[in-house]
Amino acid sequence: MLKRFFGKIGIAEVLLFISVLILIVVVAVPVLLILWTALFVDGSLNTKDIIHILSQPGTYEALKNSLVIAGGVTVLSTIIGVFFAWLVSRTDLPFKETMKVLFLVPFMLPSFIGALAWKMLLSPRSGYINKFLVDIFSLDASPFNIYGLGGIIAVETMYLFPFVFIQVAGALERMDPTLEESARISGAGLLTITRRITLPLMLPGIAAGALLVALYSLAHFGVPAILGTESGIYNIPTKIYEQIYQSGGSFVAIRTGTILSSILIVAAGLILYAQNLVLRAGRFQVIAGKSMRPTLLKLRGLKIPILIFSLLYIFITVILPTATIFLVGTLKTYGIAFTWENMSLQNLKYILFDWRMTRDAIWNSFYLSLAAAMITMVVGVLISYTIVKMKVRGKFILEFLGVLPFSVPGTVIALGVILTWSGKFGINLYNTAWIIFVAYIARYMAFSLKSNSAALEQVDDSLEEAARACGATHWQSLRDIVIPLIKPGMVAAFFLIFLPALRELTTSVLLYGPTTRTIGVAIYALNEDGETVYAATLASVALVIIIVGQLVIKRITRTTVQGV
Amino acid sequence: MAQIRLEGVSKVYGGHLVIDNLSITIPDGECFTFLGPSGCGKTVVLRLIAGFEEVSGGEIFIGERLVSSKPKNIHLPPEQRRIGVVFQDYAVWPHKSVFQNVIYPLIMQQIPDTEANERTREAIRQVNMDGLEHRMPFQLSGGQQQRVALARALVSRPNVMLLDEPLSNLDANLREEMRFEITELRKKTGVTILYVTHDQEVALAISERIAVMDPKGYIRQIGTPDEIYEKPADGFVFRFMGISNFLPLSFRDGKMCIGNSDSVLDREIPPEKIDGVRTGKTVAGCRPYDVVLTRDKTSAIGVLKRIIYLGPILDYRVAVGSLELRVQQDIEDALSEGLHLQEGDTVGLRFLDLLWFENRDSEQEVT
Repeated sequence: MLKRFFGKIGIAEVLLFISVLILIVVVAVPVLLILWTALFVDGSLNTKDIIHILSQPGTYEALKNSLVIAGGVTVLSTIIGVFFAWLVSRTDLPFKETMKVLFLVPFMLPSFIGALAWKMLLSPRSGYINKFLVDIFSLDASPFNIYGLGGIIAVETMYLFPFVFIQVAGALERMDPTLEESARISGAGLLTITRRITLPLMLPGIAAGALLVALYSLAHFGVPAILGTESGIYNIPTKIYEQIYQSGGSFVAIRTGTILSSILIVAAGLILYAQNLVLRAGRFQVIAGKSMRPTLLKLRGLKIPILIFSLLYIFITVILPTATIFLVGTLKTYGIAFTWENMSLQNLKYILFDWRMTRDAIWNSFYLSLAAAMITMVVGVLISYTIVKMKVRGKFILEFLGVLPFSVPGTVIALGVILTWSGKFGINLYNTAWIIFVAYIARYMAFSLKSNSAALEQVDDSLEEAARACGATHWQSLRDIVIPLIKPGMVAAFFLIFLPALRELTTSVLLYGPTTRTIGVAIYALNEDGETVYAATLASVALVIIIVGQLVIKRITRTTVQGV
Repeated sequence: MAQIRLEGVSKVYGGHLVIDNLSITIPDGECFTFLGPSGCGKTVVLRLIAGFEEVSGGEIFIGERLVSSKPKNIHLPPEQRRIGVVFQDYAVWPHKSVFQNVIYPLIMQQIPDTEANERTREAIRQVNMDGLEHRMPFQLSGGQQQRVALARALVSRPNVMLLDEPLSNLDANLREEMRFEITELRKKTGVTILYVTHDQEVALAISERIAVMDPKGYIRQIGTPDEIYEKPADGFVFRFMGISNFLPLSFRDGKMCIGNSDSVLDREIPPEKIDGVRTGKTVAGCRPYDVVLTRDKTSAIGVLKRIIYLGPILDYRVAVGSLELRVQQDIEDALSEGLHLQEGDTVGLRFLDLLWFENRDSEQEVT
């Protein structure tokens, strides 16, 4: 009897068990603990405290701000994203391929570094653009003030609109142009076609992109922290941070955090559910697999003005802030003019070699990201393989758990990790690098799952079955066939985790201890302490690493695509 | 080499019975084909034999070895069954060269290097791929990839070869060539081949015996290609094996008329079929070239609806009452008969060879 039972346990069951275990420990337990701590005190439902905390003006304001910011960013990103997507795929705009790449650049740049740059350019006291305009037009006061809801919305939009752009441009390219052509033959004008045919067909793509923006913005920490806190504007993540930071990590503050986090979890869940509905509704879409050449709208006289406008947009949103960070990073003190005498590489030498704090931060970020990326990549393969390829009972648990990481914002992960790994279960990782490591795994598991599942779905079952028929055991077929074939997906997953983790702020800012600052935390702290120049220098280092990393990815993905 | 024996095998997929109590024996060295419309479960049978799926009931033997058994709770994994499998989509590993693909089974069997290399080259030669050993799959045509898949399945000298529609992705010329090569390989190696296809032409060409399956997964007939084609067991098999005409008959004024028309069928009816024909349960069936168009309009007549020129043959659609018959004739014969027919002409019909089927079989959908 016993032998038969164990005989039934094959590789499938073992893999399923390990995958479920990892997901439960790393993702499910922290999230459940947050909900539990928020809702229950001493085992009974705790409505009084919840109402009390939610009715406090501070938390209420934070909720409102989160909604306003997310709403504004979503609307603006959608408009900008759809407009540029349409421009590069349906008009005769020159240099379209280059423009397409340029519009995606903001994707790779960390938005909090962007916020830092815009603070330097548009802060009312010392912003370079403000000072410049005041000098030229001899104004009495600065014309712009980046601190505030408007500034936050504008800066977030610059970095989030690619979500919409990429979805819509992709859908427009895949759409069967005969749909539009047949409308044309029926006598509809280009405007009517756009309004009645193209736009409705694009709606699922637009909605999917917009919901991603909303999800991201709602739980975003960096930009509101840099541009809002100064003037007392908090959203949910910055409020959670402020509460915990001010009270030195007291349990009351953490409880408040869990209640706010629960709201984020529910909101994220709803958004992902809505996105699922939209995407499923969009399935009927008649999008042809082969891309054909659609009729392009001739811009005629508007061609050059629109090109200039687009280039200007890219200059203002990408080049200007990036250049500002690099330039300010070389200054002797913040606020002085950019002249050769004022600029040097002394700062760089100082933060890279001389200053313990920044040196440690770079080292911490480096090894934490590297380790987290490696582990998450391997575990992601394991879990994706079980989800995509295995026929095993109980898989639905894994499928459910596998979706969870997608919907948990960074702040929530940080709080959950604090609750789980601060001695509650006999393991106390608080103030060590381990707690950040665990949090990174939870935070980036979704990336690994997505990348590896996509790669695995490309590997036809028959390839593996052919190996089995050739006499390979399950493990041998994995080693010889599956793993080599999904290697590009694994490498992509590695970099998709390594690069964002390297500049991570939202999660680490709640978890760092005296010796475990990361690059993101260090930049943030330097900026808070008024060390704007050093913040910029460190940010330049981060930017260089990111740019080099992106180039490496490009290279790797291109060579592997050719090789297979 | 080995025989394959299935005893009362059944397979349930998500509460749906796909294969129900299938028993069949394929003798050692035979080329046996499962022929059926898509979705009839013929691939499932192959996957059960290969061990990719577990049986829901019954037992499977390869040679004397019990490889799958529900009652005894045995499921030998595919790698221990000593089989070669060729898939519809080739399943040639894209990251391995031709040589690396073919040698893989030998590496798995831990055959010494020199012997493995020799056998790999031999297998590649057998499928006429010598000289292309170091190509990568993306540098090969579909037919070449299929040869690699064949060589890979052959190289380990398996007991049985399972082929799942391996030719359906190839164009007509290549299909014919590969068909020939599979037959040649079997003669050379004597391996037992189980072939699965929906293409009756391929089945007739390569098999020694064929099992025709209906959409519900039941075997309607097992026989040699000759038997299947010339003596179909029922209307389903008859219809599945090619273009077919079914003639419902009715007795009027002591004469046997075709359908609701006045055309008389001037043929003897086998005595045991008369009752069925009288009650409408039995219908006659014939192939397009078993109907001859003549000028003699005394018995059966029809109106030419359409004439299509198909190279060496002419394809007619002939209306007999409300029935439409498919008729084909060699262009030479048509000319020698002096028939210069136009659409709309009325012609006489002579029936050469008639088969008799139960009516419900002829109604069976063929997809």
